[in-house]
Parts: sequence; C-alpha cells; structure tokens
Amino acid sequence: MTDTVPDTPRSGPLVRLSDLLWRNPRLTVFLLLAPPALWLGIVYLGALFALLAQSFFSIDEFSGLIVYELTLKTYGELFTPANLDIIIRTVVMAASVTVAAAIISFPIAYYAARYARGRWKAVFYIGVMLPLWSSYLVKVYSWKLILAKEGILNWLFETLHLSWLLNAYLSLPVVGGNSLSVSWTGTFLVFLYVWLPFMVLPVQASLERVPPTMLEASGDLGATPGQTFRHVLLPLALPGVIAGSIFTFSLTLGDYIIPQIVGSSRRFIGQAVYSYQGTAGNIPLAAAFAVVPIVIMGIYLWVAKKKGAFDAL
Amino acid sequence: MTTAVRFSRVSRHYGPVKAVNDVDIDIAEGEFFAMLGPSGSGKTTCLRLIAGFDQPTSGEIEIFGDSAHGVPPYKRHVNTVFQDYALFPHLNVVDNVAYGLMIAGQPKTERRRAAEEALEMVALPGYGGRRPSELSGGQRQRVALARALVNQPKVLLLDEPLGALDLKLREQMQEELKALQRKLGITFVFVTHDQGEALSMADRVAVFNEGRIVQVGKPHDIYYRPDVPFVADFVGSSNVLPPHLTEELTGTWTHATVRPEAVRLSDTGLPATVRSSSFIGTATRVTMDTEHATIVALLPKGAAVPHSGDKVHVTWDPADLHLMEQGG
Repeated sequence: MTDTVPDTPRSGPLVRLSDLLWRNPRLTVFLLLAPPALWLGIVYLGALFALLAQSFFSIDEFSGLIVYELTLKTYGELFTPANLDIIIRTVVMAASVTVAAAIISFPIAYYAARYARGRWKAVFYIGVMLPLWSSYLVKVYSWKLILAKEGILNWLFETLHLSWLLNAYLSLPVVGGNSLSVSWTGTFLVFLYVWLPFMVLPVQASLERVPPTMLEASGDLGATPGQTFRHVLLPLALPGVIAGSIFTFSLTLGDYIIPQIVGSSRRFIGQAVYSYQGTAGNIPLAAAFAVVPIVIMGIYLWVAKKKGAFDAL
Repeated sequence: MTTAVRFSRVSRHYGPVKAVNDVDIDIAEGEFFAMLGPSGSGKTTCLRLIAGFDQPTSGEIEIFGDSAHGVPPYKRHVNTVFQDYALFPHLNVVDNVAYGLMIAGQPKTERRRAAEEALEMVALPGYGGRRPSELSGGQRQRVALARALVNQPKVLLLDEPLGALDLKLREQMQEELKALQRKLGITFVFVTHDQGEALSMADRVAVFNEGRIVQVGKPHDIYYRPDVPFVADFVGSSNVLPPHLTEELTGTWTHATVRPEAVRLSDTGLPATVRSSSFIGTATRVTMDTEHATIVALLPKGAAVPHSGDKVHVTWDPADLHLMEQGG
C-alpha cells in the first residue's frame, strides 16, 4: 500500500498567509472589518453628515442661493403651519402603518414559528417574500388599479350591494376622498401591503426563539392563554416587533412614491424633500426635512429601550 | 389514604406510536413518586398528562378525585418544574417566583414577600433582583422549584430537574428535595432516567418501558426483587440468567437475576472466562463470559482482580438469586 500523505508539511504563499493569519487573530479581524468600516464610515456616515451640515445653512430668499453660514433658521421653517402639517401627517401615517402591520403580522408569524413545519414553512417564506421579488412600482400601480373607482374593490362592494357602506366611509373627513385610490386610506393600505414582510420576518424570528416550555410554564402557573400572551409571549417577542417597526416606521417616513401615486394631493415628508432639493433648489430645507425621520427614530428607540423593550434580548 | 393522582387505563397515541399504553397508576397524597425509564418510555408523557399539557387518547385521569378530562393546565392545582427550568428571561428572579401569585391577583407587596420566603426556602435569599441569565444551573433549578412551590400546589411535578447539574450538585439537590418534600408534605411526582436518583429519593418507583409500567414498588423491591428482566437490567444493570441456566441451577424454568455485588470468584461454581475488568472507584467491575450468559461482578476493595482471558469460577449465595416470572 502506498502512502498518499506527503511527508513534508504543506507550503506555498497561501499556506504562509494562512499561518500568518492564524498566528495573528487581531490582524485577521482588522482585515475583515476594514473594508466595511471604510464603506460605513466614509460613504455612508460621511454622506449623512454632509446632509446634516446642509441643514444648518439657509437660503437667500431673493437670490435663491445657499448662504453658507451656520444658522437654525431653516429648522425654524419646519415649524411653519404648512410644514408642520406635512410632518404630522407623515408621522401619523407611519405610526398607523406600523401598528396595523404588527397586528396583522403577529398571528401569521406565530403560526409560522410554532406550527408550520417542512413544506408549510416553505410556503410561509415564499408567501411572505414573493411580493418582494416583484418591482415596487408595479405593485404600487397594481394597487392604484385595485383601489380605483373602476377597480375590483369597488366592483366587489357593488356586487355585494354594499356600495353605500364604501361611500359612507369615503365621505368621512381626513381618511376619505373621491375614491379609495385618492384617499388617505388608499395610501395607508398600499404602505401596509408593501412593508408587511419587513414586520412579519423579524417577529417570526423572535417568536421562533421562544421555547414552547416557556408558554407551558405560564399556563402551568395559572395563566390563561390571554394572560400568557400579555405577560410572556408579547414581552419576549417585543424585540422582534420593535425591529419590524423600525423598518415599517422608517420606510413609511421616508417614502415619496406611494403617496404620489395613490392618495390625496396632501404631501408627505419624502415628497417635500424631493421637491425642495429638486425643482425648488432649497437644499437646506430638504436636508432639515430629512433630519426629521432620523430624530423621530432616535426618540422612538430611546423610549423603547427605556420601557424595557429589549430586556428579553 | 387519599389518592392524589389516579390513571385508569390511560393511553396516549401519536399516530401509530403508543407513547403511553394502557397505564394504571395510583399515587397517594404526600408520596414521593418516581417515574423511571429510558428515554422514550412514556414517563415524561405521563407527567405532561398530569400537568394538562397533553390529553390522553383514552382512559381517565383523576387528580384528588376530580376528573381531569378537558381541564386546561391553568385550572389544575398542579405545578411543574421543567427540565430546562423555563424561567422567564424578561423577569427578574423575584418576579419569576411571584408569577403565579401575580396571575392569581395577589397585591404586589404580598406576592413579593411570599416570593422572598420561597427563595429563602430554596436557600437563595437576596437573589430576587437578579436575572435568570445571571444564575448558575443549580441556582436556576432552585428558582424553578421556588416558582412552583410558592403556589402551594397539591401535586408538584418534576421533569428530570437534576439532569443538567453536575454530579456533586445533583447529590446535594437530591437530599434537599427529599427533605423539602418531607417538610411540606406535598405529593411529588418525579420523572428521571437515573435509577440511582429514583431509588435514593422516592417512596415508590414506577419503572416504564415502551409506554407501559413494567413494575411499581418500593425502591428496595425494585432493586432486589425485579419482576421482569428489563427492570433487573435497567435498575442497577443486574445479571439476568436465561431460563435454561436457572433450571440447571435451581430446577425452575424461569429468568433469574443476581446483583453484580453478590457475585464472587471462587474455586468452584460456574466456569467463566474474564472478558475485561475495570476500576470504577468504589469497586472493580469484572465482566465474564459463561457458557450461557454474561456475568458482571463488582469486586470490593482488597479482592484479587483477575486479568482478561483468565479462567475463573463464579458463585453466589443461593439467597441472592432472585427468580422472576417468565417473560418480560
């Protein structure tokens, strides 16, 4: 029998590099982290700070040129009634979408985490991810057709002789409108549909980590299923819900396409940023508007942490 | 004496698998009852049936005379110490212990005091403010025990609670559990696959195999008077003699058992060849092949230890030979 293992140790430049990295774990970590750190530090955070800096400049009202002097004047402009209206409308929309997404996601995620096995798990993942595979614009335009006066939803209400119900709802102030496709409710439904996967997946991941014995222990100690949900399941799933809400909340805060295609003509933050930095050429105000979602998210996470939302991590 | 838990012809089938098959149990009030068996023998399923996490396919379970049929876990006066402890990670120790009282609607100060008392009982005073993740395995086990006991259950179920602890801690906890049970007088139902644990703690032991109870009895009887070869083999790895060897020795056609510690080496007796011998601390364990059976002997300190391959003779006191009913 011949011995196929060579007597001499392996050598060569790659082997020497492996040896070097094996002997110097710090060098390995440095080499692994340097590229992403450069990307994050320069390209990403750099751009963000450049934007932040812009928001402290102002625009000369007569010449329309940017005045490169530090001032809080631009931030002051955010608090004019028209701009405040945009901010409040956007925040209320983002909050509504987030709450609705959390409520809809929880049962789906719970089923997927606790009961779905094998094939049904695959069906769940495909069902949740499939909408993400198609173009965002296509989905939004499809919804415009669904919600339009000539659309399938209207037809459904008519067929069921429930048109009076839809019309009564559309005649409500704020949420209503001429048809669903040009109402606040329409914008809400499309936001909810488009961002739902971003809520379902983190909630499912957090529920997956709750051991079944934890729920049994709660029942064993006398808690009804409702009490178990409130005192054990929800607190343990909260990090996942918060993670999901960061997605749905911030994505809604920043979006400018959905409210432009489906909804009333009342503007959202994203649209304001888009128009100020584009046609209006008011980059400082656009930058100040862009800071608003960052500040809101910061406050939101701070409150969540204070309230113990991450205690289960 | 009141019956705490009664199983009447209880079965639990999962599809074709008979996890629990036609089991009858009577557990008396205040008894320390152990369910012993290898994994998959149905003992944990029986425990879950008592707790209410699972429902029997057929048969009747009574807890203190009341049918448990269709009664959810949260309505049973039964508490469980889980194998993985199942402490709530988002609550500190005192809130974990007080959980049952909180659910029962006790005011905060009262339930905190009761929880602190329970923690004192399990020798963890002052640990209330910590998180479960900050405790060692043994401490978590005690918290789980306090969390169950603070509700003053009628029956305490323990699902291999000592399985994750190291040997020294396990022995210490065995003694403490036993003392606690004596003091409180609560019925303990204890599931384990460790025969030493079952024998040292329980008033009575039920030995499970393949979904059935093969023997119920006092630890001494289970150990010295096994009914079937399975019990002899599982509890203390006894030597089981096949019927024709028993007939040769005693004239009776049946399985028989003899404890390894009762086996001696001598000049006369059953001829055997030593297969192996190993030192196990308290004794030397010698495995020998005879013509019809493998015999294991535990030789005490000081006895001459044979080497593998040696030809020897084995013998024992006839009184140490226990005849079983055939079968098993």
